Amino acid sequence: MKFARLILANLFRKKVRLILTIGSFAVALFLFTFLAVVKSAFSRGEEIAGADRLVVINRTGLIQVLPLSYDDKIAAIPGVKAVTHNHWFGGVYQDERNFFPQFAIDIENHRKVMTEFKVPDDQWNNFVKDQQGAVVGALLAKRFGWKTGDRIPLKNALYGATKTWEFNIDGIYHNEKPGGDESQFWLQWKYFDENVPPVMKSTAGWYVVKLNSADDAVNVAKAIDEKFANSSNETKTETESAFAAGFAKQLGNIEFLILTIGGVVFFTLLLVTGNTMAISVRERTGELAVLKAIGFSDRAVLFFVLAESLLIALIGGALGLGFAILAIPVVGAALNGLLPPLLLSVSLLALGLVFALLVGAASGLLPGLGAMRLRVVDALRRV
Amino acid sequence: MLGISYTYWGLAAVIVGFVVVLMLLPIPLSYNVRSVRARWTSAIVAVLGIAGTVGVFVAMLSLARGFKATLVSSGSPDNAIIMRAGATSELTGGVDLNSVNIIQDAPGIARGDKGPLITPEIVIVAPIPLISTGTDANVQIRGVSDNVLAIRRQIKIVEGRMFTPGLAEIVVGKNANKSYSGLTVGNTIGLGSVKWKIVGIFDAGGSAFDSEVWADRHLLGPAYNRGENFFQSVTVHLESPDSLVQLRDALSKDPRLNVDVTREVDYYTKQSGRLTTLITVLGGLVAAVMAIGAVFGALNTMYSAVAERGREIGTMRALGFSGVAVIFSFVVEALLISFVGGALGCIAVLPVNGITTGAMNLQTFSHVAFAFMITPDLLARGIVFALVMGVVGGLLPAVRAASVPVSSALRSM
Amino acid sequence: MIRVDGQGSSNSLIQVRGLNKTYRRGGENIQVLQGLNLDVDKGDFVAFMGPSGSGKTTLLNLLGGLDVPTSGTISVDGDEITHMSSSKLTQWRARHVGFVFQMYNLIPVLTAYQNVELPLLLTKLSSADRRKHVETALSVVGLADRMHHYPRQLSGGQEQRVTIARAIVSDPTFLLCDEPTGDLDRKSATEIMLLIEQLVEKHGKTVLMVTHDPVVAARAHITLHLEKGVLVEGSAERLAAMAGGAA
Repeated sequence: MKFARLILANLFRKKVRLILTIGSFAVALFLFTFLAVVKSAFSRGEEIAGADRLVVINRTGLIQVLPLSYDDKIAAIPGVKAVTHNHWFGGVYQDERNFFPQFAIDIENHRKVMTEFKVPDDQWNNFVKDQQGAVVGALLAKRFGWKTGDRIPLKNALYGATKTWEFNIDGIYHNEKPGGDESQFWLQWKYFDENVPPVMKSTAGWYVVKLNSADDAVNVAKAIDEKFANSSNETKTETESAFAAGFAKQLGNIEFLILTIGGVVFFTLLLVTGNTMAISVRERTGELAVLKAIGFSDRAVLFFVLAESLLIALIGGALGLGFAILAIPVVGAALNGLLPPLLLSVSLLALGLVFALLVGAASGLLPGLGAMRLRVVDALRRV
Repeated sequence: MLGISYTYWGLAAVIVGFVVVLMLLPIPLSYNVRSVRARWTSAIVAVLGIAGTVGVFVAMLSLARGFKATLVSSGSPDNAIIMRAGATSELTGGVDLNSVNIIQDAPGIARGDKGPLITPEIVIVAPIPLISTGTDANVQIRGVSDNVLAIRRQIKIVEGRMFTPGLAEIVVGKNANKSYSGLTVGNTIGLGSVKWKIVGIFDAGGSAFDSEVWADRHLLGPAYNRGENFFQSVTVHLESPDSLVQLRDALSKDPRLNVDVTREVDYYTKQSGRLTTLITVLGGLVAAVMAIGAVFGALNTMYSAVAERGREIGTMRALGFSGVAVIFSFVVEALLISFVGGALGCIAVLPVNGITTGAMNLQTFSHVAFAFMITPDLLARGIVFALVMGVVGGLLPAVRAASVPVSSALRSM
Repeated sequence: MIRVDGQGSSNSLIQVRGLNKTYRRGGENIQVLQGLNLDVDKGDFVAFMGPSGSGKTTLLNLLGGLDVPTSGTISVDGDEITHMSSSKLTQWRARHVGFVFQMYNLIPVLTAYQNVELPLLLTKLSSADRRKHVETALSVVGLADRMHHYPRQLSGGQEQRVTIARAIVSDPTFLLCDEPTGDLDRKSATEIMLLIEQLVEKHGKTVLMVTHDPVVAARAHITLHLEKGVLVEGSAERLAAMAGGAA
């Protein structure tokens, strides 16, 4: 590109200014990426939830249990493909800060409902045979360096006196959905049921229902709740995504906060870079006039200015994205399981770059138009 | 120092220093004012940039302040909470009636005219829709004893009245009233198998209790199919903050009991540990990055200002003003601009004060609402932040301007 | 043959008839050029002089296609430029005019070579062909050994020489110079004028030059004065009087 030299040379006119402007872009893009990744983590549950699955909880509250007898009754409702029940275990591994979700699962039906979790058959068979067995998610295993065959103690104070329960890791599951959860710890419901106080026996924390078709969701949910209406344990049934969304919404106006910060960043960046471009163009009025005199068209001059600002945006943006790629895993580690994994997808990076280029174009547009409309005779008269 | 926070001292020092500098300023301030007016677009850019950053900065600080007041500073140092040994939260704590009877005679517990100041309590989490989204939040419902207000002394009824023991009446915290739908005085809501009338709103000083709903424990338990003789926790008012040790020793030595005794403030600090980490890590990173971005922007603007005034600066120095005078002049100008920007940012963010937002505390599984808390010292901090950005942004370009040889400065442009 | 009476033959290189230019200034219409005529042939070297505000720069701008007249015609090498569109005019300038201004000529972030190459970037020449032209132009002005220097590394006179190299690199129809020595000391000014003379005598270039310096003007074939909106030929007495005034 024969004009490349002219454009690049003009960029390096004032090195400090170039570095600062590139730095501003890098900072803004880093922030943008970070906020987007955090927002995605907050809404992950909702995103990966199944539309063809329902969650059934006790209407009076999440921590109330449901009778085990509901299992068959739910399975009998038309539209229901399979039902499974879970219990929250809530144990502590070594330190309270090592939080991860633990579920007592129903081994007969779990795989029929939670189809995205994949466990090699031989591992699953070992788990079924082992009452004290456990299956853990791949990410969880990685976090603590667990392998199959390890014996894991979990201290539990929720059900009666504090007791240490021990489990054998028989299998590791993978989630076939990208970004899906791989941080759960599963134990056998039978083992759980045998070792809890009488008041907790034969109960389910909640049910998960797999539907024949996602279209049946509303009808089946209604049918389930109607079945148990007016009983001593009324149910509340909703789709898995609605359930996850409800949780996310309790995390406050995160989205609003993020959008606001993002907006302020965008606005400030535009302001500063636009001003910088304007000043940089103003400095060169004489030169631009001479370029026009010797035959460069108005549009060519506009193109030069836009090319400069776009180049700065591209370089700064790429730098910011680069920092994000390096920093986000570190932040994820610092959060230590508090949030779903912070994922940086290729499409997000592309979006960030587009955003950077948009700001670059916008900041170069006004000064560029000014340069385009510059009349040679007026500019040279300033002498 | 002297009871006034360091922030105010810092601000005072800056203002005094500023006035001194102004008085000693060789280059008259009118030059700066006129310069700013002549290049008003650049000045506005700088002002707005700083205003935006300061606004977000103060907003985030006030969110952290409100959050801290709620989760971390709940409870009082002269109350103790007693739960089953090893329980990590009230939800999982369990104390039976026999234990309560033993506890109430223990040393260290303050006594009122009706007997020892202890309140055995049950805690339930119930779904109530959020006003903001319409979806359910898990709200903490606390079944308290009649004497609870004598034990939790920082809590005041600010609307209506306390519930009458024995009646299906409830009082709600002021954040609960603002965040969850239907919790207004005179309204009725269903909790468990009972319909309850809301008769009052209480103010708990922004602490976690402000997000709770309180009812008579004798009625709340049965509404949720729970017996009357089993509680999640027992909170006692201590004779003095130091009595905690005495109480703890007495209870741990008793073979009939297996309980943990924790100072109420410590319990709440621990409760919020995870959420605090989350907000600190995320919020801290955002704030740090924004600060860096703001400094870049300020530096950029000031460098450009210097670049455009190259010849002016050369002229001034040719006339005899020293390099130091030039530096002073620029820094003063930067401070003026950043002060205006900071003030603008603070004013713009004021309406946010008092807005409630919430978070789910994963350790207690309940929703906690907290409000943005903008205090004068936070605003002062915002202004100081702006001024620091101004100095950082103005100093380097100013030094550069002063060190360019006069002859080349005069020739520039 | 240089004429200002509008009676020149139709094969003049540059032919101007009845040129008018009116400006609106402070609510008034000021007619700077009033029915100006001019004929210039190939190889002529013309100096324009006149008091400040007389419109000499205006004339140069019109001749160079940087501005359009209120009325009248300008033809250069058979092309009538007065009614050309702005973009056509831009292309015409690139092909036919070489500009030498008083200042701002060179782009400080480009080397002498790259500055001289600029007009060629508008053509379809290959990089190798461009190199040939640039090197030739720079050796004509005697700066072949400095082609990779930046303007800040050159003296004022050398900068103007690079400007002249740039002005001739695409072999334009004529050169327009607006106070080419205005910013230079006497020695450098002489350097430049010798160079321009050389371009005219040895390379047959056509040069139109505006200057306020009668010593500089004396080097041209003829000096034309801009008075009351038209050109008049300079008489010997007038030139002597001005030279005396300037001494």
